[in-house]
Amino acid sequence: MVAGTGDIEMLILLALALAPQVVLEVTPDGPYRTIAAAVAAAPRSATVRVAAGVWREPTIEITEAITLEGMPGAVLDGEGERELLVVRGGGVIVRGFTFRNTGTTYSEDRAALHVDGAWGCLIEQNRFEETFFAIYLSRVEGCTVRDNLVVGTPGTESATGNAIHSWGSRNLRIERNDLRGHRDGIYLEFTRHATVHDNVSTGHFRYGLHFMYADSSTYARNRFVANGSGVAVMYSRGVVMHDNDFSGNRGPTAYGLLLKEITDAVLARNRFINNTTGILADGAERVEVRENRFESNGWAIRLLASTSGGRFLANTFVGNAFDVTVNGRGTLGVFKGNRWDSYRGWDLDADGTGDVAHYPVRFFALLVERAPVAMLLQRSLFVRVLDAAERVLPVLTPRGVVDEAPQMLRADRGGAE
Amino acid sequence: MNTILRLLVPAAREAVRGRWLLGLMIGLALLGELLLRFSGGGPTTLVSLLDVALILTPLAGLVIGTMQVHHAREVTELLLAQPIARGRLFIALYLGTALPLALALVIGLLAPFAWHGLLVGPDAWRIVALAAASGALALVTTAFAFIIALRADDRVRALGIALAVWLVAAVLWDGLILLIALGLGARPIEGPLLVMLAINPLDLARVLLLLGTDAAALLGYTGAVLQRTLGTDVGRLALGSALLLWLTVPPMVAARVFARKDF
Amino acid sequence: MIHVRGLAKRFGTRVVLAGLDATMIGGRVTALLGPNGAGKTTFLKILLGLARADAGTVAVGDRLLDGSPEYRRQIGYMPQIARFPAHLSGRDLLGMLAALRGDDMAPDLSLADAFDLGDQFDRPLGVLSGGMRQKVNAVLAMAFRPSVLILDEPTAGLDPLACRVLKDRLLAERARGTTVLITSHVLPELEELADDVLYLDAGRAAWAGAVRELERHTGEPTLERAVARLLAGGAALAVA
Repeated sequence: MVAGTGDIEMLILLALALAPQVVLEVTPDGPYRTIAAAVAAAPRSATVRVAAGVWREPTIEITEAITLEGMPGAVLDGEGERELLVVRGGGVIVRGFTFRNTGTTYSEDRAALHVDGAWGCLIEQNRFEETFFAIYLSRVEGCTVRDNLVVGTPGTESATGNAIHSWGSRNLRIERNDLRGHRDGIYLEFTRHATVHDNVSTGHFRYGLHFMYADSSTYARNRFVANGSGVAVMYSRGVVMHDNDFSGNRGPTAYGLLLKEITDAVLARNRFINNTTGILADGAERVEVRENRFESNGWAIRLLASTSGGRFLANTFVGNAFDVTVNGRGTLGVFKGNRWDSYRGWDLDADGTGDVAHYPVRFFALLVERAPVAMLLQRSLFVRVLDAAERVLPVLTPRGVVDEAPQMLRADRGGAE
Repeated sequence: MNTILRLLVPAAREAVRGRWLLGLMIGLALLGELLLRFSGGGPTTLVSLLDVALILTPLAGLVIGTMQVHHAREVTELLLAQPIARGRLFIALYLGTALPLALALVIGLLAPFAWHGLLVGPDAWRIVALAAASGALALVTTAFAFIIALRADDRVRALGIALAVWLVAAVLWDGLILLIALGLGARPIEGPLLVMLAINPLDLARVLLLLGTDAAALLGYTGAVLQRTLGTDVGRLALGSALLLWLTVPPMVAARVFARKDF
Repeated sequence: MIHVRGLAKRFGTRVVLAGLDATMIGGRVTALLGPNGAGKTTFLKILLGLARADAGTVAVGDRLLDGSPEYRRQIGYMPQIARFPAHLSGRDLLGMLAALRGDDMAPDLSLADAFDLGDQFDRPLGVLSGGMRQKVNAVLAMAFRPSVLILDEPTAGLDPLACRVLKDRLLAERARGTTVLITSHVLPELEELADDVLYLDAGRAAWAGAVRELERHTGEPTLERAVARLLAGGAALAVA
């Protein structure tokens, strides 16, 4: 057994926790009247405990491994003009504060809580209001960010930063946060081995979760609701995505999930519901998409020609205007064992597998691909006639995408879960 | 007014006696019931009903309207020899045909939803909007049927023309739009196409209903253009005017044809 | 009284009435005759307001036809083939017409009694025989005490007894001063009734005048023969 870096950090933290507890109290009446004074005075592994009240101080900087803890009602207020807290040392714990009012700036990535070049930090149970960036992690190793609530201010995309932003970091755990109304909910850039679990990310102008050069990361059981787009995974390899909800991402350029220039990703047991586009794959190689559910989307899956080697297995497609569209003629991937509500075949031997192949790309979808405005004719009788003609005259249907073993949909629409 | 009512009642009674309307109403109600029962009453139900209503309503309006004019021909002549103004007779005859049809459609669509207690609640307006659109389409297409039947005295010929009109409005017109859309490719032609859609009351109703359902947001870029164009006050005004025009102009044309017709 | 001047009507390129002048006087029965296509039906339709004239003036009773429907209050009309709503009875139809006309007076149903219609008047018209329907047709035409009667083949389908009753009624109407305009293919029957003849040919009044006058003019003893002569075009035609 080789202990990973995370284990070593845990050992250090454990050692710190077992050391004798020094607690420095910050209250309006002393012993410490400012947080900065207490932090400066605190020895390694001490706890600085801040009483309820609104604290307005110059940016506080922590370099020692201490715990900074806010009592209920402790508020750090940036008065619209500064970062609130900068963490530079290892093993720092920040917990229980309300951070607010950093103000908006276009010249720097101003964050309420900025962790820079630190390791093994824990940021939990904080609340962020009216912050440009809420939590900004740069060159961080092995930090955990959990159980925070980040509430954005209404504004425009450029007037707000990201709720949780990571740059050049490794081994992050981002869990159970509730993130609302920023540019990106979570933005991971040049960040590897991140684990993003159980977060709710909603109402962001751009993406609920944004991967940029973030290899070997996993995100699971998150909910991405009503963002500009749900999740964008770009220029990354080895990303695993499972059991997430992508819903209500609607708009002319909105996706549940955008895959752009990625390789070797796995997408399993996610649900895509009510998105304009469920998945848009542009330059995705060797992506395995299995056991996902696509329901009531405009386009469930759009594959651009730059995509190859995809495997689409045992997914369920219900109530989408288009299940699959492609903009090229090549083979874009393998489809097998999916359930399609548009399947018109039969299953005479009742083994659950349809007896004839299913071609999920509608001819009309190709027309819409060429002339998007033709979408106006959706649900018209003419398009219905086109569909019928397509079944009679299969020469119209693109042969490139075919499911040779479509599964029969059960009447209860239970699908793939 | 009194005269119109006195004429309208027997005309409507005559329309209902045809059994067509009853069949239509019960058929729609049964379909709705089946859909509610077996597809969970979600958006799928509404969309399926929308499909059926948009195909069936104009067909019913055109066919029943045409048949009714010919069916009522002798009575019309009998009444025309009485001291009754033609205008009033027309209103009675038209409304006596169109209103029962519209009512049958509205009841047929709403009944299963009412039965399942789905006529209250935040989503109720969708089925109500569908029913209202069906009713309005019935009024429009019945007026067209009157124009056709009043101009073509031969029963079979009139029915043929009515079916041809339906085919054009329900199918071929959209084919033309598709051809134009494909021909002009990516150029911004939403505006002209919207006008083309508004010219066809079937398309107008379909697009309006699509906008009302979730589907609009799923239309992608086109949906956004639609929302942007039609979601504004000007857009709404234009749509309202188009609807109003469709509801008033065809009956007025039919009335004029009726007033000038030599029986 | 019916007074017509310069009445013209064409359907497309086909001229049906080409400047028809005619006068029908109250208290006299006028037989409207002429070959097929002469414009009889169109003439009647214009009188009834079912068709519109291209040119000319028409006066019925004391009213000029100007698009208002009121003049028709004076007219009783008996169409050639009475196709009524099948589920209504004669009495239903009468009630409906009475309500539509908005007259105060009670309908005159003496003809129904004379026909001895009895409960047939209360049965749906759809189940009545052709003759019985024709009787109802006649009753309805007379019910509102018209001063102008327009009858299109009134005796078609009637049995001799009913014919007799209808003729008696028409004679009584004449005696009351009603203007009666009648078309029929049964010329001997007209002989008995008609005072005047209006003979149309090619949309014009080819002959108009008293029956006696026509017989004298053609030298034929009966109306039937006189008309046959007119049809053959053998007699010099003149408008009296």
